[in-house]
Amino acid sequence: MKNKFLELKNISKSFGKVSALERVNFYIKGEPEIVGLIGDNGAGKSTLIKIISGIHTPDCGEIYINGKRMENWSVVKSRASGVETVYQDRALAMQQTLARNIFMGRELTSIFGFVKSKLQFAEADRLMRTIGFTSKVFASDSAVVNLSGGERQGVAIARALYFKANLMILDEPTTALSLTEAQKIFDFIRQARKGGSSCIFITHNIYHAYDVSDRCVVLDRGKIVMETDREHTTVEQLVKDMQKIAQNNGKVREGINNARS
Amino acid sequence: MPDLKKKQNNLDRNQEFRRSRRGITKFLDNNRRALSVFIVFIILMLLFIIKNPKIFLNREIYEAIFRSLPIRIVLALPLVFVIVSKEIDLSFVSNMTFSLWIFAATVKAGWDPFLCMLLAILAGALIGLINGMLVVRIGLQSIMATIGMKFLLTGLVAGGSNIMPIPLTFLVDTPFYNTFAGKIGNFPVQMIWAVVALVIAMLLFNYHKFGSDISCVGDNLESSREMGINVSTVKTLAFVYVGIACGFAGVLSGLTYLSFYPKPGSPDELMLAVLASVFIGGTPTTGGVGTIFGAFIGACTIRFVETGIIEAGLTGFWTQFFEGLIILLALTSHKFHKSR
Repeated sequence: MKNKFLELKNISKSFGKVSALERVNFYIKGEPEIVGLIGDNGAGKSTLIKIISGIHTPDCGEIYINGKRMENWSVVKSRASGVETVYQDRALAMQQTLARNIFMGRELTSIFGFVKSKLQFAEADRLMRTIGFTSKVFASDSAVVNLSGGERQGVAIARALYFKANLMILDEPTTALSLTEAQKIFDFIRQARKGGSSCIFITHNIYHAYDVSDRCVVLDRGKIVMETDREHTTVEQLVKDMQKIAQNNGKVREGINNARS
Repeated sequence: MPDLKKKQNNLDRNQEFRRSRRGITKFLDNNRRALSVFIVFIILMLLFIIKNPKIFLNREIYEAIFRSLPIRIVLALPLVFVIVSKEIDLSFVSNMTFSLWIFAATVKAGWDPFLCMLLAILAGALIGLINGMLVVRIGLQSIMATIGMKFLLTGLVAGGSNIMPIPLTFLVDTPFYNTFAGKIGNFPVQMIWAVVALVIAMLLFNYHKFGSDISCVGDNLESSREMGINVSTVKTLAFVYVGIACGFAGVLSGLTYLSFYPKPGSPDELMLAVLASVFIGGTPTTGGVGTIFGAFIGACTIRFVETGIIEAGLTGFWTQFFEGLIILLALTSHKFHKSR
């Protein structure tokens, strides 16, 4: 058994009096896997991924990469370890070509800094094909603004893939996308896993999470309340479990309200 | 299986499409705006020739234009970089006058003109660096910072030189003069330097990491930063590039008009004409996209229109009216292209 690629132990984080995460244990296996991270608004999903990508520093807890404890975890260290966070539209320069977007900031250059455009176009072509980008109309020299929402996400995924990200974090990639578009992204993610990248896939949508994930992790009010392998559950079961969690949640809220009154 | 076949089919069609976009079609497509201005330019030239064949079929008028046009071209090209990065520089003409002043004063003091030119370029670059720092480090908006710089430099040059002209006629026929403002046959050398500037700018903008970075920065600042582009350095470099061009244009203008004379007022017209060349060339102020070739054609168009209107028999008072008309027509046509 390989070392776990990423392991978080007893991570807590609070903002003022609000506790966003409480003693969370989370891991990503050594071999590529897709983890669906599910939870309501305010469950702590974004806090968790921001800690993984180094934007937030946890109040306490430990972070391990390949079994090695990391001190002073930061954005730079996170990126150096191969963690890439993909944001929906924010990550792309819309009027630039697909190839330029993939290589943004890390262009393939020869001496004197001239860009090897042909190589970039060819590589972009290859990448887009690898992740199953089969649009008839667009080539690696089309502007990103002409692509559909799902395809745009695909460009960002291709970027993570080219730079051999060990772990891609997709923050709500399917929000505001049609069903076919969402399917496209699932294909991209599966192809990326074949290429050797793990993926954390954040969503509200249980069906989406079940569709693509090898493992689902449910966060609720700062705690991991459920973790299940896809093989060991069905989507109906998952929905039932989630409903239970929501009901408990409701009861607790009732309790709080009663206590207040 | 049929699914796979379908995918393969799509890929083949993709490649076909890619191939068809290579070459001339692609060039036409990428330079649509610049070319539409170029067509306007050709039509105008034809009109000028028909209206006034004696003058417009005579090489003298082209000689005159090719002596003054290079100054505008040299100034306009680097401005594309600044505008693509979603900033603007309004101090460039003042910077040019400032650099020329440095050049004229030092060359008059008997220094080697090549060294003086280097000093002028360094002075221009320094002003560019300060502009960049004001925008990037202090966080001033570039339009305000460079307006401030414009007045500062104009005042500095006027006060420092006491608005005393420095004649540069003694440079005529020196090797230095012949290198930068001489003639090959009847062809002004300045124009060759303008073409050199065009080639450098095109290489930088279309084929260099700098051009790629500047487009990304102007397009999406946040993501450029996240992707590891050093946004501050890239923007500062664009301002420095404009500064370097100001230094060179200053020397060219000194050699072309053979004097340094800080006329108050007229620099503003030059500034707006150069900015207009960039805009009608097809570089919008919204950032992320621009064209070097367009700015080149834009500068040519405006310069020829100015001359053409006067030579066509309209009095000078009407020049600006027609210039304005051409600018508005060109910009409208760009809008039309975009909405297609």
